[in-house]
Amino acid sequence: MASRGIRDQVAIIGMGCTKFGELWDQGVDDLLTDAATAASASAGISIHDIDAFWLGTMTSGVCGTTLSRPLKIDYKPVTRVENYCATGSEAFRNACYAVASGAYDTAMAIGVEKLKDTGYSGLTGIRPVGDGTDPGLSSPAAFSFLAPSYGHKYGVDAAQMKEVMSRIAFKNHQNGARNPRAQFQKEVSMETIAKAPLVAGELGVFDCSGVSDGSAAAIICRTEDAHKYCDNPLYVKALSFVAGPAAGPIDPSYDYTTFEEVVRSVADAYAQAGITDPRSQLAMAEVHDCFTPTELVLMEDLGFAERGTAWKEVLAGTFDRDGELPVNPDGGLKSFGHPIGASGLRMLFECWLQLRGEAPPDRQISTVGPGRTLGLTHNLGGAPGEGVSFVGVFGTELEAAGSVG
Amino acid sequence: MSAGIVGWGSYLPYWRLQRSAIAGVLGSGGGRGSRSVASFDEDTTTLGVEAGRHALAVGGFDPSVLFFSTPAPGYLDKTSATTVHAALGLRRDCAAYDFVGSPRSAVGALRMALQGAAASPSLTVIADLRTGLAGGAEERDCGDGAVAFLCGAEGAVAEVIGGGSSSDEFLDRWRVPGEFDSHVWEERFGEEQYVPLAREAFGAALKDAGVTESDIDHAIVSGLHARAVKAVSGGLGVSKESLVPDVAGSVGNLGAAQFGLALADVLERATSGQVIVVVSLADGADVLVLRTTDALPAAQATRLAAGASTVAEQIAAGRDDLSYASFLTWRGQMHREPPRRPDPERPGAPTVHRSDTWKYSFAASRCTVCGFRHMPPTRVCLECKAIDQMQDERLADVPGTVATFTIDHLAYSLSPPVIGVIVDFDGGGRYRCELTDADVSELAIGDRVQMTFRRIYTAQGVHNYFWKARPLGGSASGGTSANSAAASSEGAGNGK
Repeated sequence: MASRGIRDQVAIIGMGCTKFGELWDQGVDDLLTDAATAASASAGISIHDIDAFWLGTMTSGVCGTTLSRPLKIDYKPVTRVENYCATGSEAFRNACYAVASGAYDTAMAIGVEKLKDTGYSGLTGIRPVGDGTDPGLSSPAAFSFLAPSYGHKYGVDAAQMKEVMSRIAFKNHQNGARNPRAQFQKEVSMETIAKAPLVAGELGVFDCSGVSDGSAAAIICRTEDAHKYCDNPLYVKALSFVAGPAAGPIDPSYDYTTFEEVVRSVADAYAQAGITDPRSQLAMAEVHDCFTPTELVLMEDLGFAERGTAWKEVLAGTFDRDGELPVNPDGGLKSFGHPIGASGLRMLFECWLQLRGEAPPDRQISTVGPGRTLGLTHNLGGAPGEGVSFVGVFGTELEAAGSVG
Repeated sequence: MSAGIVGWGSYLPYWRLQRSAIAGVLGSGGGRGSRSVASFDEDTTTLGVEAGRHALAVGGFDPSVLFFSTPAPGYLDKTSATTVHAALGLRRDCAAYDFVGSPRSAVGALRMALQGAAASPSLTVIADLRTGLAGGAEERDCGDGAVAFLCGAEGAVAEVIGGGSSSDEFLDRWRVPGEFDSHVWEERFGEEQYVPLAREAFGAALKDAGVTESDIDHAIVSGLHARAVKAVSGGLGVSKESLVPDVAGSVGNLGAAQFGLALADVLERATSGQVIVVVSLADGADVLVLRTTDALPAAQATRLAAGASTVAEQIAAGRDDLSYASFLTWRGQMHREPPRRPDPERPGAPTVHRSDTWKYSFAASRCTVCGFRHMPPTRVCLECKAIDQMQDERLADVPGTVATFTIDHLAYSLSPPVIGVIVDFDGGGRYRCELTDADVSELAIGDRVQMTFRRIYTAQGVHNYFWKARPLGGSASGGTSANSAAASSEGAGNGK
């Protein structure tokens, strides 16, 4: 078994991202058109010069024509991709392989989701005809199992856990408040977060990511061609994706304090990228903070904190925008919003801005610099113990030949 | 060795509605005591399943026919007995019939079961769920519950020694199909019809049995017509001590299941060689005369050892802080705003049928190579990846422990919030399901639970039945710990 990766073979030469939020005036076609147009403009090429397309969406369309019809793309391959909340990353990953293989010179990965047309405030699922035995718990409930389990395992009492969770939401709202594309551009006090009505378990409204509309897109080419389009491309260092056997809900040994899928995919990604000490080597991380306890657990699964210590690091501000390792400097799913198919590419968009120094000065992170040029995106799909995980590593510098670990 | 009743079971739901709660809302009516209330996720089919499990808990009985009787069936045209049959994990060649419509059909079902006992072992399940209009006598005086009787050729704890019936066509209580509430004619009219009908049937039954009034140790008079029941009881000529006390004050009149609940109670208290008379008043009178056998004390002891709760224990238990608003909501009498979530989808018939050992019988699959237990059953082993090396294992009667839980305020439910629990079953296997009949404020990791068959929801006219967890040893426990103990020792050694 091998997972060799395609380190430095593919470069991102343009990106676009719409504002996320309750976009009552924009349909799927509008969102796709805006994101694709912005990405094309960013790369300085026409959308009609792109060879192939990967479209990620969970519920907002099926078939490649979801993209080719509104953009009037003439007879090009458009692949529609779905992988739950990791859909956007999955579209990107597959586009990268197509370009790396030499099958196409340029490709676009684009993600979109229109969640606010359903009439319901939360996420509504898509399920095949069932036998009626699924317990039907909501997503917040499925993730709420994490908090008491983590607290129980590491001796963090319920009040402390609530503070840790609130601190994560507080940080992500602080970050989103500076981001004009974010769904929630407002700081929220720790007290307001902690006192919000409960949705599931200990999760209040502010512990949940924003249900949102939005779209994001990336245009890629092989690394040797990158400078034809772009002076400062972003290189793909690692792409890893795993689907677990959905063991958690049926395996009594699973304790709801980790995502095995994340542990496996991040080990693969770090090996591809040659990362041995993520906390010091990464300049930033965009992680899948669908609910606040998810971000807490991810800090340990991704190797940013020792097991049982992430809660202290959260309280100490390690992952704040001005902390040792900024996590979700754009506001994350929590504050930027979570239009399923677009989120993975939105994470990448923040790396695109931050690592290349193009984020607005008031929110440019200071960790990026010589010797620290890498960013990570992490995208999760499913629920604790039964999901899929994507980890990508991106950087602005090519590794000198022969130095690959 | 003799034919007759060989086992019994009963089920009273967890909830009680205090009658004073009715007056508290409506300003009048109500009264003293309480009535039993099926939870929002129970119907006559699920009540019947619980009583059936209770009857079969002692084990070793394999019926070849199932009779299910209720005046409040979950379906017409579709047989409910097949649902009960599936949930009890009965053999495919066991016939399953409904006796639905009037309360009298329940007596008929048991009578047929007893008549055929020598030839074919049977399980008779009787369930009723009685509501009526808000503020009415039916709502106040009736209750919900179920009973079950095993009848067979050998090992009877009570044999039929006589019987009698009388029939008459008159309007006492009626309901047009589709109507929610029953109508009742002026009570005095019915009383005057029932008294002679009972006298005739009772006289014929005693003659048939060759006993006299003074030989009777336990006399049960049952019916929804309270005045008639009282008048008939007073006129039987049996000793006052032999009259089985009415339990309607604490759980209500269980309608079709009322005589059965009293009979189950008597079987739990009687000694061998006693004469029991059951008089049921419903559009006529039916009288059964039974004599307990030497097998009764051993059966009582076995049930005690199995931890099966008695009728008396179930009557004494129950949670009585149900609000009248919840009761009305559960019965569809109060139209409440639904959760702002998509309505649940009806389960697909082929999908359900493919998974019926799981959905109805709650059977896991255990890998015969490494022992890992899978819920729901799968073909490929999580642990050792062996393919198609599985064995079905029914876990309906295996208790488990709460690994963790959550309160879901968002999930669709007729009675939010939903309590989600991760249950680790004794002997291996984990399943995530809903917890019902529980006090949210007393939940803790490590709580012991057992499974219970429930109606999860009804969508587009299809009832979605499946299993939920409930606290073990809860007030209305069906008492299935005998099977549980066996299952846990058999399942030892699966570390996962």
